Amino acid sequence: MKVYPSIALVVAVLAIVPFVTASNAVLNFLVMALLIALAGQGWNLLGGYGGQYSFGHAAFFGTGAYVTAILQVRYGINAWLGLFIGVAAGALVGAVIGALSFRSGLKGSYFSLVTLAFAEVLRIVASVTPITGAGVGTLIKLDLRPEAFQFQSRAPFYWIALGFVGLSLVLMRAIEQSRFGAYLVAIRENEDAAEALGVDAFKVKLAAMTVSAAITATAGCFYAQYFLFLDAAIAYGPWISVDALLAPIVGGAGTLFGPLAGALVIKTLGEATKLMTGGAPGLDLVIYGLVLIAVVGLAPRGIAGLAARLIPRRRTGAQP
Amino acid sequence: MLSPVILVPAVLNGLMTGAVYALVALGLTLVYGVLHIINFAHGALLTAAMFAAFFAYTLLRLDPYLAAVILTPLFYVLGFGLQRFIIGPAAHGEDRNFLLVTLGLAIVIENALLYAFRADTRTINLPYAFNVIEVGNAFLAVPKVIAFGAVIAVALALWAMMQWTDTGKAIRAVAKEKLGAELSGIDVGHIYAVTFGLGTACVAIAACLLIPTYYVNPTAGDAFVLIAFTIVVLGGMGSIAGALIGGLFVGVVESLSSVFLGASLGQIGIFVMFIVMLLVRPSGLFGARA
Repeated sequence: MKVYPSIALVVAVLAIVPFVTASNAVLNFLVMALLIALAGQGWNLLGGYGGQYSFGHAAFFGTGAYVTAILQVRYGINAWLGLFIGVAAGALVGAVIGALSFRSGLKGSYFSLVTLAFAEVLRIVASVTPITGAGVGTLIKLDLRPEAFQFQSRAPFYWIALGFVGLSLVLMRAIEQSRFGAYLVAIRENEDAAEALGVDAFKVKLAAMTVSAAITATAGCFYAQYFLFLDAAIAYGPWISVDALLAPIVGGAGTLFGPLAGALVIKTLGEATKLMTGGAPGLDLVIYGLVLIAVVGLAPRGIAGLAARLIPRRRTGAQP
Repeated sequence: MLSPVILVPAVLNGLMTGAVYALVALGLTLVYGVLHIINFAHGALLTAAMFAAFFAYTLLRLDPYLAAVILTPLFYVLGFGLQRFIIGPAAHGEDRNFLLVTLGLAIVIENALLYAFRADTRTINLPYAFNVIEVGNAFLAVPKVIAFGAVIAVALALWAMMQWTDTGKAIRAVAKEKLGAELSGIDVGHIYAVTFGLGTACVAIAACLLIPTYYVNPTAGDAFVLIAFTIVVLGGMGSIAGALIGGLFVGVVESLSSVFLGASLGQIGIFVMFIVMLLVRPSGLFGARA
């Protein structure tokens, strides 16, 4: 199957949902899944394609969210403009963290550690500085007009989130087919060999991290508009760092549809656990952790890997 | 402000606190030194051990120092089993997978504790927890002095074990040259599990030393592990002496900065130090250049 038409097909199928059901619970669930898919697609570019495992994508999510919110609340800037500035700010944070860590040659677990630490520093700073509302948090004023990026019903939010996910899929496909994408995969497979062949690993990784941060920051900006409330534990909390890496890994790291498939699966699992246990705190995350271990142990290439393993088997089965 | 009346007690108290940091870091650095991988489940295991020590006291009336005698071998077995039956097989020998599996374990342990015990913060009341010893013009809490002594003893015992026992030599061999060790008949998978067990045992001891003066909740271990990461990076990944000295150093820095800056900024100071260390010299002050 051609890739761009499949992207169009997936987006089209998902776009029909609000016509089929008006249930807020369903749309809410799907918006969250799309949000995680978007944040996860950002992680996927750097981690899945580039092999640089960030444990701190909350740094970009939170920056996007806070910038969008603070610009509106404190400076009266339009939400849509705030969105663009938020994405740019997220990309900038990504570029700075990337430049610092890649310049110092941090790889593997060191890179994971330093990204985790940056996200934690931002969380602590956000929980004490007055501009973020410190412990109280930031509340965006209710203003249900499309110009203010707020809507009466869930459906427009849903379509916008879907639009972002669709854009991210097209962008990732373009990257996959570009020279830059090939360099990135080469670095993941063997950085020294890639450098020996003339790939400027620092530049490529830095670019990947910047774009990755921008994508995840978009999810953060959207989150701010959707929930209209932020505090440090939401914006910079470890939950988003975990979700952003869990979705692509469950779906298949380094695959185009991995984050979306993974996000739908983990969110379904999470909701199912909540239903079964009556919303007891912690148990849904226990399931997430178990799924992470199980996927890494049993299906290292995620859902995409499982699918790839099943399909050729059927084909070869036809001719003994 | 810089009078010795304030400084000496601050430094001594910092050394006492730093000793426990050092023990947590010791477990982390041991695993890193041999498996060359950061164990992200270390903090969750520390929290689990703190809960174990807490319930040993409240349910079984076991003094934490007595509980250490039971919990340490128990957590050794737990760590051994985790590495042998879960982390090792699931990681397929890939570093990236190891990171993810230990992260997954951390999420499972932390949230299972949250589910079982809620987010409540618990403390125990030991009759002697507030006794103090006077050293010069400083008053030191008895549990902290015990902790300091215990950590030094554990570090020495660990060092002696590494130096003189066959297991210790095998661990060092695997740390230096995995393939060579395997070729000379060392079961690398077993040594990995032993090392992970030792790292987890360190955490159990640390938990028993902490619980008399500290609280426990499902994320109590995290604070220590972030400090332990800093110490491990500071002291050089894999270095026992580095972890000990680094731990004491960080304890003193934290104590002094909370005297001069206030407690809430102390945490950020450690993070900033950590990031700067990672960026400037990731091999640590005492480690060999990678």
